[in-house]
Amino acid sequence: MKKDYAAYTTRKKLIILLLMAATLAVALYAIARGSMNFSISEVVLALIGQGDPTSHAVVRNIRLPRVLAGILAGAGLSVAGCVMQNNLRNPLASPFTLGLSHAAAFGATFAIVVLGVGTIQNSSTDAVIINNPYLVTTSAFIWVMVATVTILILAKFRGVSPEAMVLAGIALGSLFTAGTTIIQYFTPDVQVAATIFWTFGDLGRASWKEVWIMAAVVVLVLIYFLFKRWDYNALDSGEETAKGLGVNVERVRMAGMFTAALTVAVLTSFLGIIGFVGLVGPHMMRRIIGGDHRFLIPASALCGSLLLLASDTVARTIVSPVVLPVGAITSFMGAPLFLYLLTRGYQKR
Amino acid sequence: MILDIKGLAFNYPGRSVLQDINFRVEKGDFLAILGTNGVGKTTMLKCINRILKPCEGVVLVENEDVYKLSRIDLAKRIGYVSQRQETPCYTVFDAVLLGRKPYIKWDVSDQDIEITNQVMELLELTDYSLRYLDELSGGELQKVVIARALAQEPDVLLFDEPTSSLDLKNQFEVLKLINKVVKSKQVAAIVTMHDLNLAVRFAEKFLMLKDGAIFAAGGLEVITPANVESVYSIPVSVEQFGGVPVVLPI
Repeated sequence: MKKDYAAYTTRKKLIILLLMAATLAVALYAIARGSMNFSISEVVLALIGQGDPTSHAVVRNIRLPRVLAGILAGAGLSVAGCVMQNNLRNPLASPFTLGLSHAAAFGATFAIVVLGVGTIQNSSTDAVIINNPYLVTTSAFIWVMVATVTILILAKFRGVSPEAMVLAGIALGSLFTAGTTIIQYFTPDVQVAATIFWTFGDLGRASWKEVWIMAAVVVLVLIYFLFKRWDYNALDSGEETAKGLGVNVERVRMAGMFTAALTVAVLTSFLGIIGFVGLVGPHMMRRIIGGDHRFLIPASALCGSLLLLASDTVARTIVSPVVLPVGAITSFMGAPLFLYLLTRGYQKR
Repeated sequence: MILDIKGLAFNYPGRSVLQDINFRVEKGDFLAILGTNGVGKTTMLKCINRILKPCEGVVLVENEDVYKLSRIDLAKRIGYVSQRQETPCYTVFDAVLLGRKPYIKWDVSDQDIEITNQVMELLELTDYSLRYLDELSGGELQKVVIARALAQEPDVLLFDEPTSSLDLKNQFEVLKLINKVVKSKQVAAIVTMHDLNLAVRFAEKFLMLKDGAIFAAGGLEVITPANVESVYSIPVSVEQFGGVPVVLPI
């Protein structure tokens, strides 16, 4: 029996190692490919500080931050979705369904139009450039946190149930979309273009500074979620059972939702809206690795990284030098895979 | 004395559910809580385990106030098996291992694994170890959740209608098992039940609730036709059949 159980957990650990290897491989490929192609050995040389100055500059200053942003954002969004789905006991919970993405879009639109950050310029690479990205980032972050705190206050002081929290999120999302639409309606075309462009989501917006901030947030959040993995497992057995097992359900839920939303707020305000990863990353892994959060949390994070990184690489290279919106590619690549996994059901062993 | 309940009362807004509940449970007791649907049996169990907060009263477990213990310390003393079970995608072993949750700091210890294995052997679940919960029959699932509560190593076990969805064979098996655990581990079990005949066969102590208050409490002597009729509004006869009392509706 013990042997069987060891084999069972080893299989799950192997899947996680496999995901790690795949992410690393895609990362190397992504660094190598672009408007300037390098060989893998050139990439490795540039990464360890050798090689010629051009490859060094391109790899370390342009491609590496972008690839790291993809890994971090994919992991953060996916693991946030995983915890939201567990905490709210609802498979539909994600940054989208909780209105967080809409709040971010509203925040960005608000900054671009109302705060007047969006003096638009045309350039050869991007259609629109926003003059002061920090104000846009800050505004997006603030509005995501407004949405988050509103939902949590409803839950804390009005005793709103997890199902109602999801519905409240949808209502808030609708409210923020309405706000965005009204602002856009009274705005000149170019500025509307800027606001829409912001919502597309773009890993290229991250420089090293943003990458470091995202890395700090995502790593801390992952450690926190892993620390809580047994609480999340207990919650899967039902609220009352979890309480009987010594889990302070309300506190775990508030802290989990706040942490997940904070992660989404940081990532979305830096990179724009990247949908789908937060919803399907964890669901794909539930079907492959099972519901046990000891394995599900790291697997979801890696699945998100892999999905976003692969999508971004396709988005950059498929019609190069045009860079397609990564959010759209994520859905294009992720949706068929997810549909396949859905029809196949849960693979249990 | 392992559990002492004094003056427990619980209200939903505008509606009183439980009033002035007082009773004690000793080690090795198998106490059946009887009463009609909605009389407050489940509410009482939830108040004992602090899933609900009563408006009045004290619950002492091993002389410690349940409402002053941390949730984790409470889970080390009281195990709770709720009426409805969810079947997440977990193996039987992992589901039972989850009973060690109150003791787990960062990861499971060898002792946690050892206790999980012991409990699974006691409940004859070892063969099912890697089956998933949603592949189990009702009786098997009930055993798994009982095993999970046992893995908590509590002093008191609370069972909310553990036999309500089981067939006759499994009803007997589950109650025999609870009896065996209570006697061998010298813990106390409080079990809400609807089937009076199962109750008189397996439990030694009875608590009959009526209108949110204790109507009668004691040993087999409280299962009289008069008491049962008062509580359930159905006339019954209590007969002896092969040395076992049998409650027959007339």
